[in-house]
Amino acid sequence: MRRIALTVNGVRREAEVEPRLLLVYFLRETLGLTGTNVGCDTSSCGSCTVLMDGKSVKSCTVLAVQADGSEVTTIEGLATNGQLHPLQEAFRNNHGLQCGFCTPGMIMAGLGLIESGAGMDEEEVRLGLEGNLCRCTGYQNIVMAIQEAAGQMRQSAPAAVQGGSE
Amino acid sequence: MTQVAEPEATRWVGGGLKRKEDPKLITGQGRYVDDITLPGMLYLAFVRSPVAHANIASIDTSAAKELPGVVAVYTGPELADEWAAAMPCAWPVTSRTYPGEPTADARVPDHWPVAKDRVRYMGEIVAVVVADSREHAVDATEAVDVDYDELPVVDSIEEAVADGGHVIHEQFDSNELYTWDLRNGDVERVFAEAPVVVSERYFHPRLIANAIEPRGIVVQPVPAQGELTVWSATQIPHFLRVFFTLILGIPETKLRVIAPEVGGGFGSKLEVYAEEFTAVALSRKLGVPIKWTEARSEGYLATVQGRGVIQDMEVAATEEGKLLGVRVKLQADMGAYASLCGPGIPILGAFHYHGVYDCEAYSFTCTSVFTNRTPTDAYRGAGRPEATYATERIMDALARRVGKDPAEVRAMNFIPPFDQPRMTAGTLEYDSGNYQAALAKAKELAGYDELRREQQAGDGRRDGKLLGVGISSYMEVCGWAPSQVLATLQYAGGGWERASIRCNPTGKVTVVAGTSPHGQGHSTTFSQIVADALGVTPDDVEVLAGDTSIATWGLDSYGSRSMSAGGVAIYKAAERVREKARVLAAHELEVAEEDLEWTDGKFQVKGAPDRAKTVPELALSAWAGHNMPEGVDPVLDASAVFDPPNWTFPSGTHICVVEIDPDTGSTRIDKYVAVDDCGTIINPLVVNGQVMGGVAQGIAEALYEEALYDENGTLLTGNMSTYRVPSAAELPGYTLDKTVTPSSTNPMGVKGIGETGTIAAPPAVMNAVADALRFVGVEFIDKPASAEKIWRVIQEAQGQAPAGRAPEGGGTGAASMTPEEEGGVA
Repeated sequence: MRRIALTVNGVRREAEVEPRLLLVYFLRETLGLTGTNVGCDTSSCGSCTVLMDGKSVKSCTVLAVQADGSEVTTIEGLATNGQLHPLQEAFRNNHGLQCGFCTPGMIMAGLGLIESGAGMDEEEVRLGLEGNLCRCTGYQNIVMAIQEAAGQMRQSAPAAVQGGSE
Repeated sequence: MTQVAEPEATRWVGGGLKRKEDPKLITGQGRYVDDITLPGMLYLAFVRSPVAHANIASIDTSAAKELPGVVAVYTGPELADEWAAAMPCAWPVTSRTYPGEPTADARVPDHWPVAKDRVRYMGEIVAVVVADSREHAVDATEAVDVDYDELPVVDSIEEAVADGGHVIHEQFDSNELYTWDLRNGDVERVFAEAPVVVSERYFHPRLIANAIEPRGIVVQPVPAQGELTVWSATQIPHFLRVFFTLILGIPETKLRVIAPEVGGGFGSKLEVYAEEFTAVALSRKLGVPIKWTEARSEGYLATVQGRGVIQDMEVAATEEGKLLGVRVKLQADMGAYASLCGPGIPILGAFHYHGVYDCEAYSFTCTSVFTNRTPTDAYRGAGRPEATYATERIMDALARRVGKDPAEVRAMNFIPPFDQPRMTAGTLEYDSGNYQAALAKAKELAGYDELRREQQAGDGRRDGKLLGVGISSYMEVCGWAPSQVLATLQYAGGGWERASIRCNPTGKVTVVAGTSPHGQGHSTTFSQIVADALGVTPDDVEVLAGDTSIATWGLDSYGSRSMSAGGVAIYKAAERVREKARVLAAHELEVAEEDLEWTDGKFQVKGAPDRAKTVPELALSAWAGHNMPEGVDPVLDASAVFDPPNWTFPSGTHICVVEIDPDTGSTRIDKYVAVDDCGTIINPLVVNGQVMGGVAQGIAEALYEEALYDENGTLLTGNMSTYRVPSAAELPGYTLDKTVTPSSTNPMGVKGIGETGTIAAPPAVMNAVADALRFVGVEFIDKPASAEKIWRVIQEAQGQAPAGRAPEGGGTGAASMTPEEEGGVA
């Protein structure tokens, strides 16, 4: 067992974990944050995507011990003071989800994409989402949701999320 | 036939209300099965056969039992006493010429949750581990030692029907389950006399549904009461309860089955699985909560697959291209056992291989066979995508033969617009249709005529790419289903649906639906219906479903039935609530019922609009019960059952435009237009979502997806990195539009939309690919049109046969290729 300490959704968490424990199971089972889902066992589907130190990662591909000392944001940490994040709102406004299982991962991947400063034209967003699979929506509304939220976030936001699309 | 009601002023139906389901799902508060943890819960892991066909010589579980956290390990023989019967087949199709009597007994072999002495497909369960954690359970499966005596493998449909081949179930004399015919008209004469006959062979590879939520189950027992509560990632909680009773001998009254948040199904969760029976049996046996969650790669072997069909499709026509007859022969791969509905899936398409075109003679034959592969069953569309693919591809072949544009041949063959039921050659009575309108709209949106001119002028090229245009004018059969028709098809269950509505004293309305959602937005659309019917808002309505103790009666969700059966039951229940409310309103306002009118969502006295009662007001007084009319019971509620008198028949035209790189074979979809007609639209946002998701799956079927097995029955595409589920990067944007031709079958005029995209898209895409490839001399190409396959057929057409294996799948115009030659993937 190894002792790890990390910040999850702004709260410091410490735990003894097996070295083989994946970050996603640490989040789901140790911390009870079940919003992050597991959809495959080959790091293909992206349902488990979270932000680690501001970058989107597939938490099924990260060991919990690797997350030691990091700052992790999951879907549960996105809304602040009961106020939905613009990306959450945009997913609802654009009907960017159906069964909802891939949605937490999609939203976190979308957030990672926006915050990376990547371009936000349709082609760029589609390429940026290559690592996340959805079987319900056909993706178009997800792409629109991310573009809409990016527009809002970048309008009101610091240079960090100002991306150029060309 | 039920008449469509006069449209009444609607406030909510038809509007794009944002989904009520979303807030929990976008915040991580949706609770799926794997999110449930119970005190004292134990975990299952399954030992699965690594070979496709073998006798189990021995199993040694002793080492596994010694490992940390392991509570128990069981083999098939050790669990034999748990089962009152083998796993169910609810649709045991038998050989017959429909509607004649069966000519043979059903050939449904016993399929036990844990194999007793023989395995018949790779992934079949041979033992189960119970442990204190998922990790410990999985670790212990590695320590179970199984000796297999391997048997010859039936690795294809061809092998299954070959003379002298190995018989998988030795109690039968062959691998055939049934041969099922349908005939209407003098087919032989029509084909003998027709000046034009076009024949093609199509192969539908097996597909893997890949609902993003894997399967899973949690069982909580109350041993002292003999009660069990089951949470399952299922489309069919009500059927699960029935089958847990029949197969496990647990009284139905002691079972509660809940489908919590379910992460997609697409037919793969329309099944009652070995793992589910095992989990319930072991929870009963051990008296503790049990959990099992499928690993994705495990699901590739153990979750039912779709399609797996060879079609020999023929049409007879005049020299002008007017359709005279349709004759189709299917061979369908059932896999190793008869799954819950597997044998019936090809029959779902049996009645409409002529699609939106009528003809004078029709015949359909299907032979279904066992193979040593994972069982097949429903996959989005189930039988109808296969039928539509054959119809729509052969219409293009017919157009080529008679030298006409595919759009022209379709238009000249369409059944003329109709709004009352109309009998067709396949013996179905279509409810209503206007196929011309959808084609015209789709052509306009796609710029069809301009595209054809561009092809002509550029010799099929656009910027060096091959330009192809494909049309699919589809129809489908939704709303499963009239119970009496199901009886003639030997389906064990019915097709009715039930709903109840409760008007609570504080003004809120509870709807209990017998359907069971898994992403379709039922809470939203059902609320819209009830809001309009009762003069409340959708936010005032709460929809409960997917729990057998709450929705006591129901037949669940599949076959695009949730709106056309379930929604109509809700509509009828709401009408009954309003009938009672009218009686109460008349009583309280001291007027005759005839003096009341339903206006602006309330009952008001004609000519005296200030004298009115709303449903919430009446619900409160009916709850108090102080002042009820003579003979009327307190509380305001009602329930209704709707058994559809007929199916519903959505239709439309999709047009796909592709650009193919002749050097690499890669296909880019330049434009995808979908014009659909699902009758009355409740929520355009939800309808468009269903269309886009369905089309995406259909494009995937056309271009990417294929479950490949080798000659040993080993699945070669056994995980998400080798089986290609497309991402946003591979898929296009969609241009959507609608026509509205209300159904004549139900009072709402609704038809269904859940499967249309998956039905329409594969032939639209493949017709476009084939259209592009004709410019480089390619005669035929079949699904999936991967870059590799396209590159190879181009090379071959240009006389440069590539080295290596022949392209897979593929039928030909001469029906001479062997699509099942799938072995030897390089």
